[in-house]
Amino acid sequence: MPAVSKGDGMRGLAVFISDIRNCKSKEAEIKRINKELANIRSKFKGDKALDGYSKKKYVCKLLFIFLLGHDIDFGHMEAVNLLSSNKYTEKQIGYLFISVLVNSNSDLIRLINNAIKNDLNSRNPTFMNLALHCIANVGSREMAEAFASEIPRILVAGDTMDSVKQSAALCLLRLNRTSPDLVPMGEWTARVVHLLNDQHLGVVTAATSLITTLAQKSPDDFKTSISLAVARLSRIVTSACIDLQDYTYYFVAAPWLSVKLLRLLQCYPPPEDAALRSRLTECLETILNKAQEPPKSKKVQHSNAKNAVLFEAISLIIHHDSEPTLLVRACNQLGQFLQHRETNLRYLALESMCTLASSEFSHEAVKTHIETVINALKTERDVSVRQRAVDLLYAMCDRSNAKQIVAEMLSYLETADYSIREEIVLKVAILAEKYAVDYTWYVDTILNLIRIAGDYVSEEVWYRVIQIVINRDDVQGYAAKTVFEALHAPACHENLVKVGGYILGEFGNLIAGDSRSSPLVQFNLLHSKFHLCSVPTRALLLSAYIKFINLFPEVKATIQDVLRSDSQLRNADVELQQRAVEYLRLSCIASTDILATVLEEMPPFPERESSILAKLKKKKGPGNLPDIDDSRRNVNGNTEHHEPTETTNKSPPSLMADLLPTNRPRPASSSPIMLSAGTMGSSHPFTDLLNLNSPPAAAPSLLVDVFSDLSAPASVEVSEDNFSRFVCKNNGVLYENQLLQIGLKSEYRQNLGRMYVFYGNKTSTQFLSFSSSVTNGDALKGQLIVHAKSVDPVIDGGAQVQQILNMECVSDFTDAPVLNIQFRYGGALQNIAVKLPVMLNKFFQPTEMTSQDFFQRWKQLGAPQQEVQKIFKSQHPMDTDVTKAKILGFGVALLDGVDPNPANFVGAGVIHTKDTQVGCLLRLEPNTQAEMYRLTLRTSRDSVSQRLCDLLSEQF
Amino acid sequence: MMRFLLLFSRQGKLRLQKWFTPMSEREKKKIIRDMTTMVLSRQPRSCNFLHWKDLKIIYKRYASLYFCLAIENQENELLALEVIHRYVELLDKYFGNVCELDIIFNFEKAYFILDEFLMGGEIQETSKQIVNRCIESSDMLQEDDSSEWYEVELFG
Repeated sequence: MPAVSKGDGMRGLAVFISDIRNCKSKEAEIKRINKELANIRSKFKGDKALDGYSKKKYVCKLLFIFLLGHDIDFGHMEAVNLLSSNKYTEKQIGYLFISVLVNSNSDLIRLINNAIKNDLNSRNPTFMNLALHCIANVGSREMAEAFASEIPRILVAGDTMDSVKQSAALCLLRLNRTSPDLVPMGEWTARVVHLLNDQHLGVVTAATSLITTLAQKSPDDFKTSISLAVARLSRIVTSACIDLQDYTYYFVAAPWLSVKLLRLLQCYPPPEDAALRSRLTECLETILNKAQEPPKSKKVQHSNAKNAVLFEAISLIIHHDSEPTLLVRACNQLGQFLQHRETNLRYLALESMCTLASSEFSHEAVKTHIETVINALKTERDVSVRQRAVDLLYAMCDRSNAKQIVAEMLSYLETADYSIREEIVLKVAILAEKYAVDYTWYVDTILNLIRIAGDYVSEEVWYRVIQIVINRDDVQGYAAKTVFEALHAPACHENLVKVGGYILGEFGNLIAGDSRSSPLVQFNLLHSKFHLCSVPTRALLLSAYIKFINLFPEVKATIQDVLRSDSQLRNADVELQQRAVEYLRLSCIASTDILATVLEEMPPFPERESSILAKLKKKKGPGNLPDIDDSRRNVNGNTEHHEPTETTNKSPPSLMADLLPTNRPRPASSSPIMLSAGTMGSSHPFTDLLNLNSPPAAAPSLLVDVFSDLSAPASVEVSEDNFSRFVCKNNGVLYENQLLQIGLKSEYRQNLGRMYVFYGNKTSTQFLSFSSSVTNGDALKGQLIVHAKSVDPVIDGGAQVQQILNMECVSDFTDAPVLNIQFRYGGALQNIAVKLPVMLNKFFQPTEMTSQDFFQRWKQLGAPQQEVQKIFKSQHPMDTDVTKAKILGFGVALLDGVDPNPANFVGAGVIHTKDTQVGCLLRLEPNTQAEMYRLTLRTSRDSVSQRLCDLLSEQF
Repeated sequence: MMRFLLLFSRQGKLRLQKWFTPMSEREKKKIIRDMTTMVLSRQPRSCNFLHWKDLKIIYKRYASLYFCLAIENQENELLALEVIHRYVELLDKYFGNVCELDIIFNFEKAYFILDEFLMGGEIQETSKQIVNRCIESSDMLQEDDSSEWYEVELFG
């Protein structure tokens, strides 16, 4: 056991840790821990009150046990007690325990919040910091609710200590990330921006983090931060003799703050003000210049900090994408790093260049480094660096270098690490398709892929080559010839057999004239592979055989013999057996004409997103794939001339461009699909082969949707998943998918309501043409008026915008309005419809009344149509507090002491509509034994009683 | 922002874990397992960065300990490396030539020091002097009221 260097230490704890370390086995460790747990439990339960120190020590032991990976189910209360200790050290351990171990256990949270509140009000900066840390560490919604309005006040108060300001800024940032709807914007926002001018660089750093996050969500509110950030950055970067004291890190002036400021500026386009713009450009130039200066220290920390600032500056230059000289300088700098002896820098240079490659200004400059990158692919020792090299080659590829890049990737594939092979296969397949000028090259490339890395060629890749061959009649003959030759290899991959079987089955006739590839030779070649293949491939081959019967009557007898053999007709696999039986029968009884119709050549496939691209996107996640398919970004509005999507009508035509406009519908009635779809259902490989039955891709598509019809689908399914969650509350997340999150905050007064809808872009890509509107069904029109304010048509990646809906309740209603949202994401039009949780009970005003009044009214509302009653099973644990909260949330006043049975709940309120007011009484009787409830509602209107009963009874 | 920081030994023993976003214990265990196997299997002199899911993993070895920091995609890798280094410097300053045992036996201190330095996944204070002063002053508080404990201590 080492001597504890400072402070007191806790000897009991050290002894315990020592014991644990001396345990020879896991069992011994568990035994020792159980002994300790028993000891602590008895101490906590014992009659003798523990003093603060002991409590602290035991809580700390529990924490240690938990961090070793064991469960702890007690001690929370003792930890919470420590929070209210006056001794810093006890408080500190208490807070540490809470931060590590407490999840939102509601009872405890209330106590914890109380302790936090006391510490925040203590005006003792050390205590305040502990409290703020705890909020940031736990960050639960309950805490946000309790403190979200308090913290901005602490942050901007004039007398707050610097260290507390720092904590408050970051605590607020944390709450803003977890519960943005709870952090109110207000007059403090302007004052936060001015913290950028603060004397204390620690405060500025913390504030910059906060402002960056807020600016991402509502850029307009924080626009003033641009000039302050530029000024601050300029003072750090350009003035030579500034003394930043301890904020200078290994001879680099405030690297953390510089990087944060550069990140903040990436929330905005280049400054419009010319003076400001040139000041910023000067900063960026200075940073680039400094990279060329000799290092002030040999320490790696110096170069890391300096280059961290440099890379962030380059990110900003790329983000602005408006200064060609800066972009080219950035590219040259990265080019130098590509050959640097530090692996880290080579890695980062490759990564940064990927984004540079998509800028119109620097694309050509990036291309000049192609040899270095190819060399990196061949010589880097570290697989993650090679992976970045593959990414960069993919990003810098265009028509001029496609053949070279594809060839290099193919040759790398032979020795590539297993972990990245599949991705490389996908990338090669995409590039080959995208930049194919002649289709023979494309076919050769894919067959090479299968030859080199057959195991890593997924279905999507070989489906795609077949789609393309079928749709292009000028490549069919070549494809047939090439697969025929490839199949001669002694050991060919099963994927090749699939492609070969399919293509020869369709187009074998195109090469049958040559005696070396006569029908019989073709058949024998395919059939020689048959026994080595898996069931799905064999099924595919059987279909190829029946197609042969149609194409080549001369081999009919041979094939029939094969089909008739026991190994087919009595195959243990039901699919194979069925095919053999049906194909044999078909070949015997159908006339030549019928056979020719049924087994006709496959019609062209309707064009859709390249399934390979979808797969790659899925693999890498939307943010991680450089968008080679977007037109290169260009502020001048020109589009890059190399782009195939732009060359539809120009020559040379690219394969993709050629395919895209041919949206020929397939002749469904005469399609060979009918054959199998009718008899065997959709599991038949021919039917499903090219994902024809798959629903249209919901994911954003790039290649195809550029040309797709702009009109929205006629109807979108209305989501109402979260609808009922809002019956008893007004705020929360209404809807969420991979792209978008919709949050709500609403308030109601009498017959009026206002709803704040927050649309959060979860991706890193802009949403364009964003619009959202509210529609009322026919029944609802006239009952509820909803007025939606307009909303910004662009939502930046990661940003959030707000829309305000004003509502007026005219008369009582049952239906709910629908929120319709439309936007473009990466070219694809997204349609979302969500049922808005505006219910009748939102227009409740609670009414307090005495027991006497209540019963008098209850009797008055005694007519049978005025009362609605429902008896139902409880869906949730029957907790009194929760039930109370729900009834209050429903909008009525909870009346205590009215019902003679204290277990029952009684409430009263008035529904306000423009036309009238409806008084309402309710009674809820729980039966805990039977886990049932009886809910009774009496109002003066039968439709209101019914609706309220329906709404509320779903909640328990 | 930073998502989590893990310290583990060459044998894969976890010495410190700090999570900046809420996570279930199951998720944590899975991540710890993934990180230790991934980082420990790296060749020496490889680069210090890895992609993992949608995060960047920055790791560095100091003596027998690996420091492994996960940051979001748009964050700066090199600076993350220096976040690790600065934390090591702070530990070093406090313990005086820090070693793995210091962190094992004084884990709570290691957490306190980290809390002074980072908060909510962002850097709170980059000045070594200021952080050290904070920690020293809290130690002073500790010593002030520690006098009365010695007797109880014997009964551990």
